[in-house]
Amino acid sequence: MKEAIITIKNLSAAVEGRQILKGINLTIYPGEMHAIMGPNGSGKSTLAAILAGREGYDITGGEVIYCGQDLLALDPEERACEGVFLAFQYPVEIPGVNSTYFLKTAYNEIRKHRELPELDAMEFLTFVKEKVKLLHLPEDLLQRPVNYGFSGGEKKRNEIFQMAVLEPKFAILDETDSGLDIDALKIVSQGVNALKRPDNAQLVITHYQRLLNFIVPDFVHVLTDGRIVKSGGKELALELEETGYDGMIHAAAVPA
Amino acid sequence: MSTSTDTIEEVVKSEYKYGFYSDIDTESAPPGLNEGIIRFISDKKNEPEWLLEWRLKAYRHWTTLQEPKWQKADYPKIDYQDIIYFAAPKSLADGPKSMDEVDPKILETFEKLGIPLHERMRLAGVAVDAVLDSVSVGTTFKKQLGEVGIIFCSFSEAVQEHPDLVKKYLGSVVPYTDNFFATLNSAVFTDGSFCYIPKGVRCPMELSTYFRINAAKSGQFERTLIIADEDSHVSYLEGCTAPMRDENQLHAAVVELIALDNAEIKYSTVQNWYPGDENGKGGIYNFVTKRGVAKGNNSKITWTQVETGSAITWKYPGVILQGDNSVGEFYSVALTNNYQQADTGTKMIHIGKNTRSTIISKGISAGHGQNSYRGLVKMLKGATNARNYSQCDSLLIGDQCGAHTFPYIEVKNSSAQVEHEASTTKVGEDQIFYCNQRAIPTQDAVNMIVNGYCKDVFQQLPMEFALEAQALLSVSLEGSVG
Repeated sequence: MKEAIITIKNLSAAVEGRQILKGINLTIYPGEMHAIMGPNGSGKSTLAAILAGREGYDITGGEVIYCGQDLLALDPEERACEGVFLAFQYPVEIPGVNSTYFLKTAYNEIRKHRELPELDAMEFLTFVKEKVKLLHLPEDLLQRPVNYGFSGGEKKRNEIFQMAVLEPKFAILDETDSGLDIDALKIVSQGVNALKRPDNAQLVITHYQRLLNFIVPDFVHVLTDGRIVKSGGKELALELEETGYDGMIHAAAVPA
Repeated sequence: MSTSTDTIEEVVKSEYKYGFYSDIDTESAPPGLNEGIIRFISDKKNEPEWLLEWRLKAYRHWTTLQEPKWQKADYPKIDYQDIIYFAAPKSLADGPKSMDEVDPKILETFEKLGIPLHERMRLAGVAVDAVLDSVSVGTTFKKQLGEVGIIFCSFSEAVQEHPDLVKKYLGSVVPYTDNFFATLNSAVFTDGSFCYIPKGVRCPMELSTYFRINAAKSGQFERTLIIADEDSHVSYLEGCTAPMRDENQLHAAVVELIALDNAEIKYSTVQNWYPGDENGKGGIYNFVTKRGVAKGNNSKITWTQVETGSAITWKYPGVILQGDNSVGEFYSVALTNNYQQADTGTKMIHIGKNTRSTIISKGISAGHGQNSYRGLVKMLKGATNARNYSQCDSLLIGDQCGAHTFPYIEVKNSSAQVEHEASTTKVGEDQIFYCNQRAIPTQDAVNMIVNGYCKDVFQQLPMEFALEAQALLSVSLEGSVG
């Protein structure tokens, strides 16, 4: 039996006194892709933020074990060094900081942590050029400041491009499909699928089923009001399309 | 919701631990300012009669003036009678005998700032062996300069060796009547640099105060005069990134630059005077008058500055664009952290035809710092085709600091064009978290963002200076935790 990459046990969290997560239980093994779907306000992005290490959340109960470590005890940069990656829903702009320089710094921090030699500018540029092509990103994008002047689609593709470069063990994709047209969606999905390996895992957060036609998950979980109310295989996503979230909540509430 | 504001606050708290200790020598003047003290100073320096007269005229004028109150910087009243206006050079015999005796924190700062090893001894006040000194870097350069006829020496030396040049140009750019602090400086100035580049000569190296042998600590009322004769070129570097402490709180320097036809002067400053403690106590007041006159046709004067120190920085390096086709430039990064205050900017006065000025000012406010840009772009009636481009940007780190902009634009010629852009940005928690999630620690993230912000100015600095400036900024923004 393989060791789980991440085990979330009874996780509860609040923001400014308001309880958002109310006991989440989830285990993800290497080689698996899990999807979390839920309506607005269900706590999806809160879960992503807490796993990535964003401040401002009170953990009121439970724990998260990542590769045998207490994840919640690590700083966000430590988590990143251990292979946790968050593809942001709203990637922020950092004017004045060159994209390639930014990514090289990130890459070398992780290399340093793994006691591997760092790459210099030339080596990094060569390494990265292939990945740029994979995501159909214009090469001049590498010269621009981080996300500055990027269209919505370019920002999302840039997130997956960074994921391709940093090769995380556990990637959280927070509503990566929001704001994407069908072509961009296909490119992003191709990128994500190309990065799947038997020794890594992904958690895809979305509220539309459409993405899951392209990024086919192994497991689907429905999150509403801070709880996972139903889990299943990829068919669950299609079922959700039929019933809607309301339908599924009511069905789940009816005693068996 | 967010406790990350605290993170940012922690990050920008700076530690400034440095101090020189000195005894007052019996050769110094008693505290106080009057004609007798002025005569004492002039006599000590063996100055000619005309210079003593100039000082006295300035002093008499000063007694009629009121200290200005329009600046956006508060400070307790200065007692001008409580200052010693002439202190004899300190004896090195009282200093550390070797680097082993120097405070390891100081050595650590030198390391962080990348100060060359041979400079660290001098900066730490360790007496340098006489044998070493005679083959020092400074001696070699002085020989090279002499070969092309460049005069580069202390101001006091210039008064003795080249009095005609000094007499011709002293006060020609900043007259002793200019302003309260310039007037005071004219009466009691101690020493500074003097530089003359002859016609057609391009100075073969960056001139810096490092190379002035026997450079006494002239700190308080420094006076510098640089003259670039026709078709000449010089780049001058003032100050150093090493943290400088001085028991004299008030620093009122005057710098005058003169560029004749087709000449070019680039004057770069890095200033890291003691900024006061984290509660705003102590710290140097840096009240400086710097001005250049691009006197000749096609002449050019560029001011670049990186100001991270001092409790209060108050200066407006400016250029008078007198010659036709003359060019004035101002590139500045000014940082205020903890309780530092800065009211700084530039003045570009367009007089000749087809003149051009460029202003790029990057203010960074952190902690409780208050950073003000005050700029004047003035185009006189005869300034046909004058052009100015100004960009004033403010970067706020944390939410306790302030950034202010006071642009003044006066245009009296209808063919002139002025462009002014301003922006204010904040280093936000979101940006820091994005970097953290990509494995970049918070301090590195702040440094990266600040460096990107200052890029336009750093590109204008002489090369090694640009690297030092980056190191200086990151040290100045260092948190007390990691």
